[in-house]
Amino acid sequence: MKCACGKNEATIHEIVVVNGIVQEKHLCPECAESEGISPDPHANIASLLAKHAQPAPAGPSVSGPVAPRRPPSVRSVRCSACGTTFSQFKNEGLLGCADCYKAFEFPLGPLLERAHDGATHHVGKIPRRALAASRGGDRPIEALLGSLEERAERLATLRKQIAEAVAAEHYERAARLRDELRSLGSAPSSPGADLPEDRPEA
Amino acid sequence: MNEKPRQPAEPDPNQPGQTALELINTGAEWLRGTGRACDVVVSSRVRLARNLAGFPFMPRASRVDRQQIVDLCHHKLMEAELADRLLWIDLREVSRLDRNLLVERHLISQAHARGKIGNHSVTGGRTGEDEPRAVAVGLPGERLSIMVNEEDHLRIQVVKSGFALAEALTEIDTIDDRIEARADYAFHPRFGYLTACPTNVGTGIRFGVMLHLPALKLTGDIEKVTRAANDMSLAVRGFYGEGSEPLGDFFQISNQTTLGKSERVLLHDLEHEIIPKVIEYERVSRRQLVERRGEAIADQVHRAMGVLTHARLLATDEATRLLSQLRLGVAMGLIEKVDQQVVHNLMLLVQPAHLQRASGRNMTQAERRIARAELVRNRLAEAVTRRA
Ligand SMILES: [Zn+2]
Ligand SMILES: [Zn+2]
Repeated sequence: MKCACGKNEATIHEIVVVNGIVQEKHLCPECAESEGISPDPHANIASLLAKHAQPAPAGPSVSGPVAPRRPPSVRSVRCSACGTTFSQFKNEGLLGCADCYKAFEFPLGPLLERAHDGATHHVGKIPRRALAASRGGDRPIEALLGSLEERAERLATLRKQIAEAVAAEHYERAARLRDELRSLGSAPSSPGADLPEDRPEA
Repeated sequence: MNEKPRQPAEPDPNQPGQTALELINTGAEWLRGTGRACDVVVSSRVRLARNLAGFPFMPRASRVDRQQIVDLCHHKLMEAELADRLLWIDLREVSRLDRNLLVERHLISQAHARGKIGNHSVTGGRTGEDEPRAVAVGLPGERLSIMVNEEDHLRIQVVKSGFALAEALTEIDTIDDRIEARADYAFHPRFGYLTACPTNVGTGIRFGVMLHLPALKLTGDIEKVTRAANDMSLAVRGFYGEGSEPLGDFFQISNQTTLGKSERVLLHDLEHEIIPKVIEYERVSRRQLVERRGEAIADQVHRAMGVLTHARLLATDEATRLLSQLRLGVAMGLIEKVDQQVVHNLMLLVQPAHLQRASGRNMTQAERRIARAELVRNRLAEAVTRRA
């Protein structure tokens, strides 16, 4: 397959899910480099940061007034809970607190996607106590499982993985993923339904 | 490894050295050398990274925060009935030698021994041997260990002998539930379990299988395994030291990504896709080596046994290399008088902290070589007479 530039062979294949829409990119190493896509999907977070944490255009600022003339650079975004700035995170490779994930959600998203093979959303275990509490009504289930959009994206990710598994004739794996999809599909819509994973009750 | 331990007495806090001796004497289950595919698989481990809600992560945690986390965890973990007996070790109270011993036993990381935050250097972050931190060890058997205040507030680990990832996952899942029933974890609907380093976020899970791959190393096919594993987002690392030449043909295969794949799907990838293929590949290579170079392999294994039973000076690296060859000989039935548990135990005992603990004194490097050779000679002679 040729790269979009038409000159070289495409050796880097990225699948990006944006708002539930799957985009495929087939690029040669040079084009990938200029698009900021790492040729090595397992590059560690520090090198990802070094390559991709350049100020991105117009991101939501977490602290500070909304919509200034000049959008604040991502580097200066600061977590209001612990005071860590994105640039500090960039240098150290570690976040300062749980709220950093909210404060840096915008710049962190693409970074995590590259570090985790294109994944954007958590799939798997959920703290049981928090889940039980959310059923009691004082905390909505959305607080745990995410908004409808987030759940839709999670489902899209799983569907993509299933398609890939089937294409590679990994049927057993596809079956596992389908189980996952089913449990995800049932949990959010009906809070009274089974736990997202069929683990025994404590 | 021994018969049931005697009624366990609480270790005297004024004599933290007792703790280390107790560990050596009761033994770790993963050293048994038994279980599924134990000719190739040494051990299977699962680790969970967890942080407590309401506390800053380690890089921003003050000394007071850290002390509170240690106190809180001490209380919560001890009451959670996580093991027959949970040994709590405050790392500020044990000597450097004993902290190294815990590293050699894979109960804590190098960084944790030194009071550093994982492998990261945090500007202005507090690090040092004086920082409040601990490890809880499940006894008997050391199947469970929980590092408190390493890179994350909690690093929970379960290790089993042989190829037993599914069993390890079931066990750690229950332990995680019991802890979560007593403490709120930091969790985010999109990102899952929140960790200080974003490479661990999501499930926070790391599966690791330690494999003994001497035949694949010898044929050079280990490169193919590494490439195949990398294609599945798995990492292949040598037993000791990151990046450096692996010692003694031991390799760990572990998952690299933690976001977007459930624990079960990850388990499936390792347990049904990659690891069985590696095991089979190693077995086939061993058979081919015997067919094509049988005398050379037998010679190598028996030479290793010869050196180990007669040497008067042994360095750690040399001992590890020879023990790896001996392990191959035992697995292939070339050496019948020694079992894998003896080999595995020796691999720990030849390391500096264990050696000095076992002999009860601090030694220079030159003294250690003498003591190491003596220990190996005695242990192997014992094993051979027991079998005879
Ligand atoms: Zn191109
Ligand atoms: Zn923060």
